[in-house]
Amino acid sequence: MLQPEPKREVLARRDAIVAGLREILPESGVIAETLRMKPYETDGLPAYRQMPLAVVLPETTEQVAAVLQFLHREGVRVIPRGAGTSLSGGALPLADAVVVGMMRMNRILEIDYADRCATVQAGVTNIGITNAVQGDGFFYAPDPSSQLACMIGGNVGMNSGGAHCLRYGVTANNLLGLRVVTIEGEIIDIGGHHLDAAGYDWLGLLTGSEGQLVVVTEVIVRILRGPEGARAMLAAFNSNEIAGQCVDSIISSGIIPVALEFMDRPAIHACEAFAHAGYPLDAEALLIIEVEGSVAEQDYLLGRIKQICGKFDPISLKVAESAEQSAAIWKGRKGAFGAVGRISPDYLCMDGTIPTGQLPLVLRRIGEMSDACGLKVANIFHAGDGNLHPLIMFDANDPASFATAEKFGADILRLCVEVGGCLTGEHGVGVEKRDLMPVQFSPDDLAQQRRIKDAFDPGWLLNPSKVFPLAAPHTQALAA
Amino acid sequence: MQTNFTAEQLRDPGIATANQILRTCVHCGMCTATCPTFVLLGDELDSPRGRIYLIKDMLESGRPATEEVARHVDRCLSCLSCMTTCPSGVHYMHLVDQARVVIEHTYRRPWHDRAARSLLAGLLPYPGRLRLAMLGASAVRPLRGAVPGNSVLAKRLRAMLALAPKRLPGPSALSGARVHKAEGTKRGRVALLAGCAQSVLDPDINDATIRLLTRLGVEVVVAQGAGCCGALTHHMGKHDPAMASARANIAAWVREADGAGLDAVVINASGCGTTVKDYGFMFRGEREQAQAERVAGLALDISEYLTKIGYAPTRDAPGLTVAYHAACSLQHGQKITGEPKALLRKAGFRVVEPAEGHLCCGSAGTYNIMQPDIAPRLRERKLENLRRTRPDLVAAGNIGCMTQLAGGGLPIVHTVQLLDWMAGGPVPAGINETRFDAGRQMNFSVSA
Repeated sequence: MLQPEPKREVLARRDAIVAGLREILPESGVIAETLRMKPYETDGLPAYRQMPLAVVLPETTEQVAAVLQFLHREGVRVIPRGAGTSLSGGALPLADAVVVGMMRMNRILEIDYADRCATVQAGVTNIGITNAVQGDGFFYAPDPSSQLACMIGGNVGMNSGGAHCLRYGVTANNLLGLRVVTIEGEIIDIGGHHLDAAGYDWLGLLTGSEGQLVVVTEVIVRILRGPEGARAMLAAFNSNEIAGQCVDSIISSGIIPVALEFMDRPAIHACEAFAHAGYPLDAEALLIIEVEGSVAEQDYLLGRIKQICGKFDPISLKVAESAEQSAAIWKGRKGAFGAVGRISPDYLCMDGTIPTGQLPLVLRRIGEMSDACGLKVANIFHAGDGNLHPLIMFDANDPASFATAEKFGADILRLCVEVGGCLTGEHGVGVEKRDLMPVQFSPDDLAQQRRIKDAFDPGWLLNPSKVFPLAAPHTQALAA
Repeated sequence: MQTNFTAEQLRDPGIATANQILRTCVHCGMCTATCPTFVLLGDELDSPRGRIYLIKDMLESGRPATEEVARHVDRCLSCLSCMTTCPSGVHYMHLVDQARVVIEHTYRRPWHDRAARSLLAGLLPYPGRLRLAMLGASAVRPLRGAVPGNSVLAKRLRAMLALAPKRLPGPSALSGARVHKAEGTKRGRVALLAGCAQSVLDPDINDATIRLLTRLGVEVVVAQGAGCCGALTHHMGKHDPAMASARANIAAWVREADGAGLDAVVINASGCGTTVKDYGFMFRGEREQAQAERVAGLALDISEYLTKIGYAPTRDAPGLTVAYHAACSLQHGQKITGEPKALLRKAGFRVVEPAEGHLCCGSAGTYNIMQPDIAPRLRERKLENLRRTRPDLVAAGNIGCMTQLAGGGLPIVHTVQLLDWMAGGPVPAGINETRFDAGRQMNFSVSA
């Protein structure tokens, strides 16, 4: 992985910088010994690794502000980190950067049922929000597959989605307010307990900014009343293309299920081994379709969906008969990426998004590419909103295999752009896709986006070397 | 995940196994969320993924363990919650067990650490010694508040004294190696792991097991020569004594199986059950491998065995609400989750479960003594979650948890004691019968 040249004068002042951080934070909040920093050299994309200058674990917004103020004064780069589950290398350190880990900021600050919102610290896990309110019948809607572990601050940074976003929208659609710290150490509150924050749509701008504009320390999210009930069904087909056509047909009929998920044969086998959900092992492709509402509503929708599926010669159609069966079906889907670890030592998880009408074509082309390069691919993705997650299986102990996997991944993403989609649905650009950004954007587009970063962080200290191709230098920063 | 072992390193079967485990991990980070120490401490180093990374580095480099590696691996409870969570099927248990052995061999701990560990390793697996020590500890227990200082040493001493029961129960009439005849028609024959610490701390657990099984028509043998399962020393990385304990058990049970026959080796302390079920792996490549695998294959938790042969109460439902505390070694180590609850319901109890049931109570073998800063926080968190269920009493399937949670205002008994009670046995000692009759909303008294 190509990294920008570390700032020599920062590396040279390492001891003084660490001493400065120790003055701001308690002893256990600063990690500077080589061995203890080691686990922080990577995130959910362990193919890329880089040891940082130091790691800090603040516990309050004020500590984050003091740390950033100090690092800004010292000209030190900053890598914000939540649970370290990024699949695009969003939390990959730099040799001259301090990792600011938010894991200790894990408190639920306020639950307000009257306004239907919750205020939580950035290090609260996604599922932690739902856990805190589900006893009262509420939930937080966006549900990335890593929701058990991933933290809400990182969800904001990557504008995370999830299986149920087809109905409820992504993080940006469920956010009411943020407390953020600028690189200068200024604390800013945006939004509140209401829809539509004042002024420009700052929430919209900051959501998905990949930790490059501000560090998020507190989040106000909408919480929703849970549905009366929900039921999942499994529809199994003879080929990826047919399943893709079926997705297309369901969506174009006007039905919006809460979730519409796709798995191909390798994925079905890996997930069944983990979750024992009763996935059909003889199928080439499987759709998980979930509807919710009253029992009558569920019955009606499932009936119509079954009718549509029936036109595509399904191998089997099975509706979950109990809450346990539904839970097992989802356990398999949510653990899918890890479960692929059972059939391959390593994988690259792609995250392109395409118009749903292009699904059959794109799946066929991915299959052809897989045959051509000799690497297997498991397709697991949110079919309803066209967000693909092809998992390319490779062997990290074999450098040639990794290079082929990277190229295969890039080709898939180029294809997504070619058919009218985009590079990333929810994992973010990170380091993984930064060099593909010119496929999507013209040089003028990229320059315009860089100017936004300049406005927030003229010194390019916050999570630099992500999102934008390294080849195009950060002109403003270099000029400064 | 990529690994960097040389071909020569990989010829070592231990490294080869570790390599296989590490290659299964995809570094997704799911395990961090359900790890008790990560939840409390919020540092990747105190999460399974962080520890796996530290262990990987230690094994790859071939360097001796450092203070940092020892500190973060020592903080692991071996609760195995991460293994329940892991979608990739990483066998963390085997990896961390191996790391503990490497640390024990290559890292010299501070003197007080070594002393404490030797003391526990020389005491807990030996009922005779432990009983004497416990009598002494019970006597000076009231003085525990007077132990001065904030050093690890002082904290550990206070923790040790706090764990000693106020009154040590006398040795049981049923204890000792012998055969307990089945009542009525004989339906089966099992060996019972009489164990070590449990037989001293709460002998009634074994008694209840024997009473219940014999009443159900099962002959129970406590085999001559069987004793501690080896788990306590195994989790300290003390390989040789652990293997010696296991070897003695294997020999004793194989003798019984070849003699009068065994349908199962029944275990009523789930921490031990996890280890006995792993004997096959522990003895891989050893002379006794086949026998070890045979014994591991016979091992069943008491709840599994009762489910298999069928259990029915003979008393009327007592109208009590039982909070079921899932011991980690049962729910994560052995993946037994449904059986104990189903049996308790069948026995006539209303069963409730606490929030965060997947989080360890902090007992974890000797953890509650060796980690006096973390274990009490986990205990409090567990007790708070249990209290919220408003139970009349708590049932658990592991003596470690029972000791750890005792004295928190909730009566705690072993699941098998409740099952025995409802099938004709005596009221468990943890429950005061008169209070039970007088009004069960009142506090139950706890004898331990």
